[in-house]
Amino acid sequence: MDNAYLIETIIKVVVILLVFSALAGIGTYFERKILAFMQRRLGPMNVGPYGLLQVAADGIKLFTKEDIIPSGVVSPIFKIAPVITAATAFMAAAAIPFLPSFTVFGYEVHPIVADIDIGILYVLGIMAIGLFGPLLGGMASANKFALLSAARAAAVFISYEVVTGLATLAPIMMVGSLSLIDFNNYQADNGWIIWSQPLAFILFWIAAFAETGRTPFHLIANDHEIIDGFGTEYSGMRWGLFFIGEYANMFFISFVIPIIFLGGFGDGTVLGAFALLGKMAFFFFFFLWTRAAWPDVRPDQLMWLCWKVLMPLAVINVVITGFVMMF
Amino acid sequence: MEQFNNRNVADNGYFMVDIEDYPTDGMGKFKRIIKRTFRLELFVGLWVVMREMIKFDIHTISYPAEKMPIGPRYRAVHEMKRLWESDAERCIGCGLCEKICISDCIRMDTKIDEDSRKEVSEYTINLGRCIFCGYCAEVCPELAITHGGEYEQASEQREHFVDYEYMLTPIDTMKANAQKEFEGFGSITPHEDERVKKTPLAY
Repeated sequence: MDNAYLIETIIKVVVILLVFSALAGIGTYFERKILAFMQRRLGPMNVGPYGLLQVAADGIKLFTKEDIIPSGVVSPIFKIAPVITAATAFMAAAAIPFLPSFTVFGYEVHPIVADIDIGILYVLGIMAIGLFGPLLGGMASANKFALLSAARAAAVFISYEVVTGLATLAPIMMVGSLSLIDFNNYQADNGWIIWSQPLAFILFWIAAFAETGRTPFHLIANDHEIIDGFGTEYSGMRWGLFFIGEYANMFFISFVIPIIFLGGFGDGTVLGAFALLGKMAFFFFFFLWTRAAWPDVRPDQLMWLCWKVLMPLAVINVVITGFVMMF
Repeated sequence: MEQFNNRNVADNGYFMVDIEDYPTDGMGKFKRIIKRTFRLELFVGLWVVMREMIKFDIHTISYPAEKMPIGPRYRAVHEMKRLWESDAERCIGCGLCEKICISDCIRMDTKIDEDSRKEVSEYTINLGRCIFCGYCAEVCPELAITHGGEYEQASEQREHFVDYEYMLTPIDTMKANAQKEFEGFGSITPHEDERVKKTPLAY
């Protein structure tokens, strides 16, 4: 392994960590503002111009709060759980191509940490490992709301892994590779996958809401019935890590959906790069949009939707895709 | 101010929502699911919130900078009024407010002054106990004690709000003819001039 590669990789890792930690904070600002506008409110207005520094104020508050480990919790697991959520969210980013490759001072940069052969499998797998954060945190908390939330987390995430996997299977069959860069290049040549796989796109999108735990499926930390779920006993920066993990996950899944189904960055021009960012912004906005518009479903309805509707549809989709490719 | 005086709430455009019966058998449930899925009701909700965002009709009141108008009958911190004619205090020290106060928070002391008239020497309201029921203003025969619109009662000292001098209309305001009459209970209602009839004298 040569030094240039090592240095490049380290720089890319640091940049991704910094950018997406900051974006997670700014994401909360956008969420509060957009939700407020949709509900005829103003949102944060007092810290800085138009409340822009609210993120900094919240950050300072989170960093300086006391880190309470309640008595009765399983302390090592309780302490490690938020780290799992945040770390796996960022680990998943390693195989995502955020921009097309570009040249800086005659050196070609690929804005992907590792273009591994199992790209999409790795991303979805690592995102699935993130469920251990809420699961372990909730079970170690010695709190009945946290325990309920942990049970829901396990049920929801495991069921929706099935939908995610089966929905991506059809595009994978078409592309013939698991690398997200191959996905992008395939679509640059053959047109967007959404035109041939609209059902898989919708299924994956629905499952993305469950994976990130956003509003129609916001069951694991549903404020009005189980307080903050797995986060009930957490305080300060440990709770903040859960938060960063959740928002980073939203950003990464918003990158993955356009790369798989909507052409990614296309042929790699500057226009394509901005198109990818625009698509990502739309999917992130849609997460906030649904939160303002839609109610939450009950856990049993969520299971019903997954096993009786989405999974059969996904299987049928895979079978039809197989037949079409065969003949 | 007019909207506060309109007390007719019967005809404000409320109507009963037409709700279908819930299906009981499997086929009915299946039909309902199909209907809900393909009528794209979810997108109606998305459109509603998007429309509100585009219209940008913000209802927030940035409170310390802006304030809502409050109704004339609002019962906030008490005020003691002065007579328009002489600028003297209206309170005659009858003690009715002290008597009627159900939370026992008004305390007054009176004495005979040099003109052999009854004068209020001490008058305090313990706002920590006061429940702002408005009985004192209602019972006052002279419209001396009334409720004002000042609802911001934050201070370092509890005593800041209870003494007579604080509640009394300042003499400068009085000289400038700027004392505001209480428009709430017991006062003359708006448009009363149009409703006044001559007393029928001829029988």
